[in-house]
Amino acid sequence: MKQFTYTITDPVGIHARPAGLLAKAAKALDSTVTIAKADGSKSAAATKLMALMGMGIKTGETITVTVEGGNEEANAAAMEQFFKENL
Amino acid sequence: MQVATGKSILNGIAIGPLRIYKKAEVQTSQTSSLTPEEEWKRFEAAKEKAQEQLGGLYDKALDEVGEDNAAIFEIHQMMLDDDDYLEAIQGIIDTQGATAEYATETTGENFSAAFAAMDDEYMRARATDVKDISRRVVNILTGAGDAAMQDDQPAILVADDLTPSETVQLDKSKLLGFITRYGSSNSHTAILARTMNIPALIGVDFDDSWDGQTAILDGYNHCVYIDPAAELLETMEAKRKEDLKQAALLQSLKKKPNVTLDGKEIKVYANIGNAGDVGLVLQNDAQGIGLFRSEFIYLESEDFPTEDAQFAIYKRVVETMAGKKVIIRTLDIGADKQAGYFNLDKEENPALGYRAIRICLTRKDIFKTQLRAILRASAYGTVSIMFPMVISVREVRDAKEILEECKAELRERGVAMGEVEVGIMVETPAAVMMADELAEEVDFFSLGTNDLSQYTLAIDRQNPKLDNFYDPHHPAILRMIKHTVQAGHRHGCWVGICGELGADQKLTKTFLKMGLDELSVSPSAILPLRKLIRGLDLSQEEE
Repeated sequence: MKQFTYTITDPVGIHARPAGLLAKAAKALDSTVTIAKADGSKSAAATKLMALMGMGIKTGETITVTVEGGNEEANAAAMEQFFKENL
Repeated sequence: MQVATGKSILNGIAIGPLRIYKKAEVQTSQTSSLTPEEEWKRFEAAKEKAQEQLGGLYDKALDEVGEDNAAIFEIHQMMLDDDDYLEAIQGIIDTQGATAEYATETTGENFSAAFAAMDDEYMRARATDVKDISRRVVNILTGAGDAAMQDDQPAILVADDLTPSETVQLDKSKLLGFITRYGSSNSHTAILARTMNIPALIGVDFDDSWDGQTAILDGYNHCVYIDPAAELLETMEAKRKEDLKQAALLQSLKKKPNVTLDGKEIKVYANIGNAGDVGLVLQNDAQGIGLFRSEFIYLESEDFPTEDAQFAIYKRVVETMAGKKVIIRTLDIGADKQAGYFNLDKEENPALGYRAIRICLTRKDIFKTQLRAILRASAYGTVSIMFPMVISVREVRDAKEILEECKAELRERGVAMGEVEVGIMVETPAAVMMADELAEEVDFFSLGTNDLSQYTLAIDRQNPKLDNFYDPHHPAILRMIKHTVQAGHRHGCWVGICGELGADQKLTKTFLKMGLDELSVSPSAILPLRKLIRGLDLSQEEE
């Protein structure tokens, strides 16, 4: 299992478009990717668009991304890159 | 006359008959006579068809409102493939022996209610999106279509709510404006209305008796007048015509080069003070951003903005400009622009004090954070960097050296970068006098005429007592501009103006004759200036 944290800089938070892109990117990986709020109150699989949007993650919020199974090393790096570029 | 208020989406006026649109009540039967497997197959077929329709809408929207706004239909496609959404539908079909349409409608309502209950306004607005995709599938399953939204008469459309797909499908030639009871200014429908330039009001508590009555939709004042008095109708009609004139000007100039009658070309760029102004830049068809005042990022922040936070803002602006030039001026703080967390000392004479490049060169950490953020954004379009308040060659060399350090650091991190032009603001008399030497160091000059006038004439522009002494067209300033243009051109620099003087129409001809390459002005000044330029003939002598 690989984990990293990321603080959202996009002013609208995880809104529809990046959530859609995230779901698409996560589906392409052979790991299970889970997004959780820092306080652990909510979490969702990164492949689930509506659940992601439903978390209501705002700008400035820190999330924990967990990558399990498959090529964890490379997939975690790919996810980290994705967040930096899109959120 | 009756007046109703709402929230305006677009500053514009529409005048015409109101037409109330009611969605057809779709009758869905709950219990199915088919097996759950058969119902699921029906759903899957309908879903596939819906995906196809959404693809078509995406193409139409791409054509009419651009990629950013069309993306909503791509998101609809993804929502329609969402695992949770599909599982919920399948669950209802399986456990309740329900029809596919009933299961879809119920699931759509449940998901939409969940979004509507969120405390984030943006997410609340997504409730409409879920309803939109569900309704699309239900309509396919039941073969029901919605009633015609429009008839042959151009009208102001009135509805409880409009979905993004309904908005895109509307025939714009018969749509004067629209009014909805629900919806938010954050909804995609609102965004589409803005992009298509259609006056719209949301949150209006309308009445069925309005149907067919004449009305004025006044987007400037957030209200609608039903059956207005003749006098008001006349005033508003005049105001509407004024708007149309501006729009026509835009239409006539859009994509046309800024060339004088005798063939001299000049670029007209826009000055912006925050990322939100980019919309105005595009609306006014500027060829680029000639001055992006980056200090707003610092002024709106409680503490030093991080590299990632700055990068996100620059990237958005650069991406939105889609390859057109974006000139980012590095931090110009100090003097009249203060941010508490910089802890700057109080100065006797702040205009001549510790500000702009002087802070950057002594507080390298702050400077480098910004430069790295800009360099990273340069991978997404065409970015230029401009240093403010320069007085000497040494400052430019130092700043360029720090820029190179940042590039090396990013290269080490494996970060992509684009080619970045480097320029300086010419806004001190010293920079004008040193223009030849400075031009050897950079790719371009941009004349900051506000500060240049103040420093050249030794006049504080904030002091009203000096108004009588202040002449914005003082020959000293015009000579300085001319000198800068000539020196720049001698060394292969292009030269522009990004101060207020750039928009001064009395000087446009003079500037063209001097050979200025670019004028960067506030977005609202762009179209009138371009119109003027296209009508000038430099070969004609002044009367």
